[in-house]
Amino acid sequence: MLAKVYVTLKQGVLDPQGKAVGHALGTLGFKEVEDVRIGKYIEVTLPDLPKDKAEARVKEMCEGLLANTVIESYRIEL
Amino acid sequence: MKVGVITFPASNCDQDCVSAVKRMGASVVSLWHRDASVQDVDAVIIPGGFSYGDYLRCGAMAAHSPIMAAVKQFAAKGGRVLGICNGFQILTESGLLPGVLMRNAHLKFVCRTVAVKIVNTQTAVTSRYKSGQILQMPVAHMEGNYFADATTLATLKKNNQIVFQYADGQNPNGAIDNIAGICNEARNVVGLMPHPERVCDPLLGGTDGVELFKALLQ
Amino acid sequence: MTITPDQIASHGLSPDEYSRILELIGREPTLTELGIFSVMWSEHCSYKSSRIHLKNFPTKGPQVLQGPGENAGIVDIGDGDAIAFKMESHNHPSYIEPYQGAATGVGGILRDVFTMGARPIANLNSLRFGEPSHPKTAHLVRGVVAGIGGYGNCVGVPTVAGEIYFDACYNGNILVNAMTVGHVRQDEIFRGFASGVGNPVIYVGSKTGRDGIHGATMASDVFDDASDEKRPTVQVGDPFTEKLLLEACIEAMKTGAIVGIQDMGAAGLTSSSFEMASRAGTGIVMDLDKVPNREPGMTAYELMLSESQERMLMVVTKGRESEILEVFEKWELDASIVGEVTNDGRMKIIHHGEAVVDLPVAPLADAAPLYDRPRQKPEWLDALNNAAPVQKTYSDWNAILLQMMGSANLCSRAWVYEQYDQSVGANTVTLPGSDSAVVRVDGTKKAVATAVDCNSRYCYLDPYWGGAHTLAECARNVSCSGALPLAATDCLNFGNPERPEIMWQFERAVAGVSDACRELNVPIVSGNVSLYNESVGSAIYPTPTIGVVGLLKDVSRHVTSHFQKKGDVVILLGGNELSLGGSEFAWVMEKRVAGRPPVLDLKLEKNVQALLREWIAQGKLLSAHDVSDGGIAVALAECCFKNELGAQIELKFDDPMMGLFGEGGSRIIITCERDSVTKLFDHAKKMGVPALPVGIVGGTHLKIGKSINVEVAALKHEWSNGFSNVVGKE
Repeated sequence: MLAKVYVTLKQGVLDPQGKAVGHALGTLGFKEVEDVRIGKYIEVTLPDLPKDKAEARVKEMCEGLLANTVIESYRIEL
Repeated sequence: MKVGVITFPASNCDQDCVSAVKRMGASVVSLWHRDASVQDVDAVIIPGGFSYGDYLRCGAMAAHSPIMAAVKQFAAKGGRVLGICNGFQILTESGLLPGVLMRNAHLKFVCRTVAVKIVNTQTAVTSRYKSGQILQMPVAHMEGNYFADATTLATLKKNNQIVFQYADGQNPNGAIDNIAGICNEARNVVGLMPHPERVCDPLLGGTDGVELFKALLQ
Repeated sequence: MTITPDQIASHGLSPDEYSRILELIGREPTLTELGIFSVMWSEHCSYKSSRIHLKNFPTKGPQVLQGPGENAGIVDIGDGDAIAFKMESHNHPSYIEPYQGAATGVGGILRDVFTMGARPIANLNSLRFGEPSHPKTAHLVRGVVAGIGGYGNCVGVPTVAGEIYFDACYNGNILVNAMTVGHVRQDEIFRGFASGVGNPVIYVGSKTGRDGIHGATMASDVFDDASDEKRPTVQVGDPFTEKLLLEACIEAMKTGAIVGIQDMGAAGLTSSSFEMASRAGTGIVMDLDKVPNREPGMTAYELMLSESQERMLMVVTKGRESEILEVFEKWELDASIVGEVTNDGRMKIIHHGEAVVDLPVAPLADAAPLYDRPRQKPEWLDALNNAAPVQKTYSDWNAILLQMMGSANLCSRAWVYEQYDQSVGANTVTLPGSDSAVVRVDGTKKAVATAVDCNSRYCYLDPYWGGAHTLAECARNVSCSGALPLAATDCLNFGNPERPEIMWQFERAVAGVSDACRELNVPIVSGNVSLYNESVGSAIYPTPTIGVVGLLKDVSRHVTSHFQKKGDVVILLGGNELSLGGSEFAWVMEKRVAGRPPVLDLKLEKNVQALLREWIAQGKLLSAHDVSDGGIAVALAECCFKNELGAQIELKFDDPMMGLFGEGGSRIIITCERDSVTKLFDHAKKMGVPALPVGIVGGTHLKIGKSINVEVAALKHEWSNGFSNVVGKE
């Protein structure tokens, strides 16, 4: 099974990359852009596990490595 | 001779390039990323640094700036273009050079002096070196790991487009085939990761970069 | 609304301090005002525990153009040139989030220097981590080093020197001290003055978010919603914006329209506005609705206390605002007129049309608490001083030297400094790995030499002499490049000042640093104090980090620490009584810190350094290396590595352990051509400075008397690979 993990900066944490990309889009003529925030998308391939077990494991992975929970939050899709 | 040196937001080796060019006796035209023309310069240098903070992908946003449209026209007419470090990244992102510069294999920024071998002396910047000559030049980058797919790599080799290679055992970033710098087919556009502008003064640990700038100004 | 005792406590204010606030303003403060008092009267901004002792520092001298009290200190280097520099700590944030904590530390100190009008030309850092084997150490080292590099590299300022040490006392409290050195023309120096009634106050740089509003000083009712999303966040550095801000500020300064300018550092808008008005004896009225913000619904409290990075406050000549706004538009940065200078000496802050702050500027600064906290020599210290520095006996000196060279505190730091761009700017003459870095002043034949140092084990065993040694060694490192030490900056890292033994350590260390400053004519021109570096009731060793800047009038006359060629004569210049108390030997072999640090004769130190500089200026020396941690055996090995040259050394000693690894101040290994030896000895004799010919450079081995005979390649192998024991193999 495939676990999809989206790691994004928490609300309120400055996203310098998003800011710079938003600005560049504006100068390229995409004036309607209000905000850009950049995150990471990670695919984790697992053996077939019960959904709750898989979710618990991936959550551990997020807490332990995939996300820096001081500044990032994450979302898991199975 | 007039050399244009481009400044993007957060270019940071632009003044070092200006100093190197002036030391060779040429005059410098400072070009701004929003300029739509390279004016009447004889050559263009795209210096190192962190244009747009290296955000998204190194060189990606700079490649879409107005000045790069002008540089493409200039290069198409045979104008000499040298991209150093971030400048090399901007050249690959803008399609003026093939391949891509990925994150260093060890995932860390690396700044050290490495031995670099001259592979092709028939380019805009290497005509004054001997084939196989070894230069000592510092690298300073996070994304210098040159990569090209098998077809592109074969083409590069066939056309003798590999200009600089790290000496054996000196590859600081995992670049394929030890590639430190390449040129386009017409040999007027060259990009390299090491910093020749930092070795143009004996006080700063070497003069191996002097002939590179002299060649560019010929 | 009524301020509750809980709110007062959570703002870190004592009941006494709150009474003082009531007395000062004659009414209950608003919550925003309480927040302002809490930061302005915090240890960080008011130096309330340390100020009384900091007065001890010598801060004046003909070379000093700006002493403490400004964003950075400034020294004269002649020809209208000057050097601005300062060091600052970012210890706690770096422990919480090592990459961003270290990165924003670098960002803050860079702004402190370029706000004075100086273009940064060099970064340095002094780092302390816990034991290499501690589970957190590798992670913290990796994050901090990457953060320092990530920020400084992007801004394009070379990181040229530093130090990194490991000790269990830093397990729960790492130290990240960052220093920046900048060059400025003397007639282009800017200061943080809000002068000229009616002049506009302009906010420039990044937008304000909810970054770094301290949990500890956070009133519970400020955030009605306790959700994760709204909780105060770690400051994130944006070096890209910093680089633009640097270029924009320097360009704006050239217009001549700027009257005063200050970085928004700790306590951002609050400290910058109050400090600028306070220095000028003026007031400011400011409308927070004009402050560019990143998030909707920010309160006045949040706007005033946010520590968002990459922001500056400036006061501009009335009528010339547009010149400044144009520059910031060119660099695509926010700039907004947020207020103006007034003559009533009050800080008036308006938010949504309502006055949320109305405080007197000068009294708020003048009435800041000042404590002469109780001091008491620790009870355990005498016993520790009287204990034996080393407990076991040793004999296999070759094996010991190999072990020492690969140990965490002595091995090569290349893993660290190769992650820093050391040569951007094309002015770095001496790269990391020598005693001090040498950076040319662009367009001149002058250069500055600079180094950072602290021997915290000495400070633990004897804070006075530890402080003196630290200053002396830092100056010695600068002298070893041939430069005249001009002035110093300090970063005083200590434990909880409310504990008498910590305050005793603080007072003694400051006294030791001060006396060494006076004797060596190196005044302190800027600095920072970091207290409360404790975890679980256990304090770090007293760590008064010192950074020294020196001048090389002719950069072509400098040397490095590396042996240059076969046949050169090795001389030991200076020399004093040695000790193993607090030595690297005792730490490596026995993890032991006991006894007394070596004595230091400051008069001798001064003469040794003066003679060394004179010889380097005359071009008589080929290398010079300070003998410090690990004693002379380690220092000699270090001289061998760069050019892979051995040496044959004859040293007389009764006790090899003391002779090889004992430490002491005022000792330098120098080399010269064979035919200069006689003249140098005559000169040294005349000057009353000990000088001893000890050997010859050459061969594949380092031989020291009958005790040591090891291949240089083997020593270098241990030394080069030692750091992987800390951070793991690549």
